Amino acid sequence: MMSINIPSYRQAFMLMLKRDLTIALRHKDDIFNPLLFFIIVVTLFPLGIGPEASTLSRIAPGIIWVAALLATLLSLDRLFKADFADGSLEQMMLIPQPLFIIVLAKIIAHWLITGLPLIFIAPVLAVLLHLNENSYGALMITLLIGTPVLSFIGAIGVALTVGIKKGGVLLSLIVLPLYIPVLIFATSAIDTAAMNLPYSGQVAIIGALFFTSFTLAPFAVSAALKVSTN
Amino acid sequence: MPSSNALLHADKLTCIREDRILFEALSCQFNQGDIVQIAGPNGAGKTSLLRILAGLSQPFEGEVHFQNQPLHKNVELYNQNLTYIGHLAGIKGEMTAQENLAFYLAMQGLPPHAAEQTLENVNLLGFEDALASHLSAGQHRRIALARLWQCQKPIWILDEPFTAIDKQGVKNLENLFVEHAKQGGCVILTTHQDLAIDAQLVKTIELEYQLV
Repeated sequence: MMSINIPSYRQAFMLMLKRDLTIALRHKDDIFNPLLFFIIVVTLFPLGIGPEASTLSRIAPGIIWVAALLATLLSLDRLFKADFADGSLEQMMLIPQPLFIIVLAKIIAHWLITGLPLIFIAPVLAVLLHLNENSYGALMITLLIGTPVLSFIGAIGVALTVGIKKGGVLLSLIVLPLYIPVLIFATSAIDTAAMNLPYSGQVAIIGALFFTSFTLAPFAVSAALKVSTN
Repeated sequence: MPSSNALLHADKLTCIREDRILFEALSCQFNQGDIVQIAGPNGAGKTSLLRILAGLSQPFEGEVHFQNQPLHKNVELYNQNLTYIGHLAGIKGEMTAQENLAFYLAMQGLPPHAAEQTLENVNLLGFEDALASHLSAGQHRRIALARLWQCQKPIWILDEPFTAIDKQGVKNLENLFVEHAKQGGCVILTTHQDLAIDAQLVKTIELEYQLV
């Protein structure tokens, strides 16, 4: 049989990552929608609750994390829906490289576009909420390792619902319960840090969630996509 | 039993969609040098058959064999030898014609600079830097089909390749198919148009619309 010089796994990964980032940068909604949603939700709380510092600093970790979680949920649809609608997904499934490499590249691109901007803007919004000054480190660390978990778990939900016309509600129902552990341990870490206590335990658990989802989610997503496009 | 030069053969395929049997115990064989037209009315299961042959869908019963091995056992090798273009073009509106094509070529291990020259083959020179969202449906399809000119993979599965393509474009494609078949490739396609290819070269598989 003809031997064809196919790209290595790393080349295929980089090609896919570059393609998705190019598309996102030209389709600016992808970047600004979740970010703007995050900023609006967080800034509305001081207006609704009142400017009292002690109340705000008590609820700040929860607000920031819930807003980040919902902003991620809002952006998940873009992950495979557009590719499914225009036929690109079919082509990706027929690429000689294993599907999980393509999937991994797409999820990482999604995080770079939606998760990373949240991390940059979060400390500014935390000032607005009078977050305890001991908590900034914990906030940044939990967002840095927690938001990729949201992207990885969310990708499984999107892959399962991509073939359904109105899968939005179903997606929330599948994904939100799986986000709860991240939310609990992240806010707990930030609260613990505010009391000047070590929070490495909570961070370790989020880290474990990160490595589990990083290594296993691409396989689950590949399998789910095969079912969805059947 | 399939003969030894069979690239691909389907063994007693049955496909059921929405409780309707589209085809039952369908066996066919695709050899090197074949141009096979799958014909039949709308809803007869042409696209379903192509998707099963491409490994995108699973048949209800039966199996597809590539080089006498079941498909699921050597997916990667099969995908190295297969080009499938469905009725959706797979073109991203946010990228230019050239970027779209270069991506697909690069995934086949071809240099991206081949894209510009290939666009000339499908009469899209001058549009290489235009965003695909500004181009017409026919031009999208041309971008998708352009990769066939560079393609070294033997098996081509094309679902309605001539949709929205003008007469000259159809003629060029037909010439390309004949050329590919002569070089030992295999083209499997669906179309409602009559192919202007020498009838001896074309095999036809007729699917019937089965009433329940």
